[in-house]
Amino acid sequence: MNENKPIVDNPVSPDRRRFVGVAAAAAGVSLAPGVMLMEVAHGRPESQAASSAVRWGMLVDATKCESGCDDCVTACSTENGWTPVDQSVHKKQAPQWIRKLELQNPLTQMETNLPMMCQHCADAPCVDVCPTGASFKRADGIVLVNRHTCIGCRYCMMACPYKARSLVHESLNDTQKPDVPRGIGCVESCTLCVQKIDRGDGTTACVEACTASGHNALLFGDMNDPESEISKRLRELPTKQVRADLNLNLGVRYHGI
Amino acid sequence: MASITFREVEGSSLKYWLLFGGLGLFVLFGALAWNYMHHHGHVVTGMDNQIVWGLPHVFAVFLIVAASGALNVASIASVFNQKMYKPLAPLSAVLALALMLGGLLVLVLDLGRSDRLIVAMTHFNFKSMFTWNVFLYSGFFGLVGIYLWTMLDRSVAGYAKTAGTAAFIWRLILTTGTGSLFGFLIARELYGSSMLAPMFIIMSFAYGLAVYLMVLAAAYAWTGRPLGDAVMLRLKNLLAVFVAAVLYFTVVFHLTNLYFAKMEGVEAFVLRDGGIITTLFWVGQIVIGCILPLFILLTNLGKTRVWIMIASGLIILGGMAQMYVTIIGAQAYPLDMFPGLLESSSFADGQFHTYSPSVPEFFLGFGGVAIALLATLFGIKVLRLLPASLDDATVARLEH
Repeated sequence: MNENKPIVDNPVSPDRRRFVGVAAAAAGVSLAPGVMLMEVAHGRPESQAASSAVRWGMLVDATKCESGCDDCVTACSTENGWTPVDQSVHKKQAPQWIRKLELQNPLTQMETNLPMMCQHCADAPCVDVCPTGASFKRADGIVLVNRHTCIGCRYCMMACPYKARSLVHESLNDTQKPDVPRGIGCVESCTLCVQKIDRGDGTTACVEACTASGHNALLFGDMNDPESEISKRLRELPTKQVRADLNLNLGVRYHGI
Repeated sequence: MASITFREVEGSSLKYWLLFGGLGLFVLFGALAWNYMHHHGHVVTGMDNQIVWGLPHVFAVFLIVAASGALNVASIASVFNQKMYKPLAPLSAVLALALMLGGLLVLVLDLGRSDRLIVAMTHFNFKSMFTWNVFLYSGFFGLVGIYLWTMLDRSVAGYAKTAGTAAFIWRLILTTGTGSLFGFLIARELYGSSMLAPMFIIMSFAYGLAVYLMVLAAAYAWTGRPLGDAVMLRLKNLLAVFVAAVLYFTVVFHLTNLYFAKMEGVEAFVLRDGGIITTLFWVGQIVIGCILPLFILLTNLGKTRVWIMIASGLIILGGMAQMYVTIIGAQAYPLDMFPGLLESSSFADGQFHTYSPSVPEFFLGFGGVAIALLATLFGIKVLRLLPASLDDATVARLEH
């Protein structure tokens, strides 16, 4: 084929050209989100360690948290496979990764609702006291328990100022999730849905449930990224850390308390 | 210095074997209790996610603290060179080792995963007081073991003072470590005080000596060996000083707390509104553990053997009550996450937490006590720990 031939002499018909164009566009349209999703989904391959460039955190807007709504608690229990307390046989000993807390000011009668869970402290007392190092903080700020080296001494439960941790007091039923390791005799708590984060979902089960219910009281994101939604909101809203006097630098911040 | 003859207890009488068997039975019950708890999980105990450390910890910490204190008599002999205490030293060291063994067993058998003890021995976090205590406890066995060796083997007797001093310093650090298990906790209102470290040391002096006195008197009474009043009266005077010091520390601890407005809630709980905790504090820790023993030991009553035994028993009971108040009481008071606000939730937030120890917990605790006594009973049979006579004349010759 002569390269200098004018294009009008090209034997390719306009119909064919149009077809190729449409096909390419269709392929682009169908593939591009796939490629994008691949990038998000593989936000962190297994071989790559969590990065301290990220600090996962949560903003709780207590002014939007509905009294009587426990969608976040239900979503957490479903996602992570722990039995809801009202379905537990031994209620006093049942683990609770997240719970709804009702506060009342005895002077003004003002009532506040909020979810309470592991606050993912930067200087976590549970990590400090753990004798085996099973209690640890990931580089991206998530505080976890290594279920394989936890000896069930419960010292972390004594040390936590938020009563965020539970001991698994009895053998677990068969509702366990493959990506949420749990076991009798070990201590556990909110993991910020680490399995979802590592999958690249970019959010947690409780936040999804709160958003789906239309309350929008919970927001999850990277507090180190100044452009993230959570960073922007934290700049605008007055927020507090629970027991700020302990100076633990919490990953969960509250507005309206 | 007059020499003194140490002799093993023959240990062939029916009484010896009955005692051995009785203690062995409690060890067996303890083992069964552990097996039951380990098989079913902590769900079969009275512990829950509010009261996470229960009765086994009360027993374990008491035994560990008493172990450190039981070494006192030996320390006075070799570190402070009090000759009268020298014949009393070997029993003191063995009792210290035995109590430590009992306490540690209860502690590790109460772990959620007691089968993972090897993990605790191979994975360390040096920011944890618990990790430091693992080393302090192991070192205690090593140092007191060497110290005992210097007391029993004449060829190494020259090292007794060095070994004794090392063991003495170590046990002071150890009890500081045990007190700091609680002192280093920021979350609980009743803890987070450096007072707990010296307070645990002085408590160890009192509890350990009370246990020692009872074991000494029982060993001499049941083997028919003479035990003079000189020894008993010296030791009971020392015991009175220790108990007075415990009372002093307790008063200062609570007075300091009462001065801080933020501590008023938890102090009101312990001193007035805490139900069983309040009862155990006033009746157990203060009256039974301090006031009554002081009254007995400082009046003419304290000059009779029976009353010294009663006072020692009361101090031990008071010590258990003190551990219960310190360990359970601090957890029973709710965490104050939102000062000034009333809290409620499905997780018992804002409520006083209740705790009813279960039968296996009792037996696990008693099992630890039994194994400590059984080890001592075995020790005095196989080792020359007890002087053949501690009558007044023999003891008087030692001091000249």
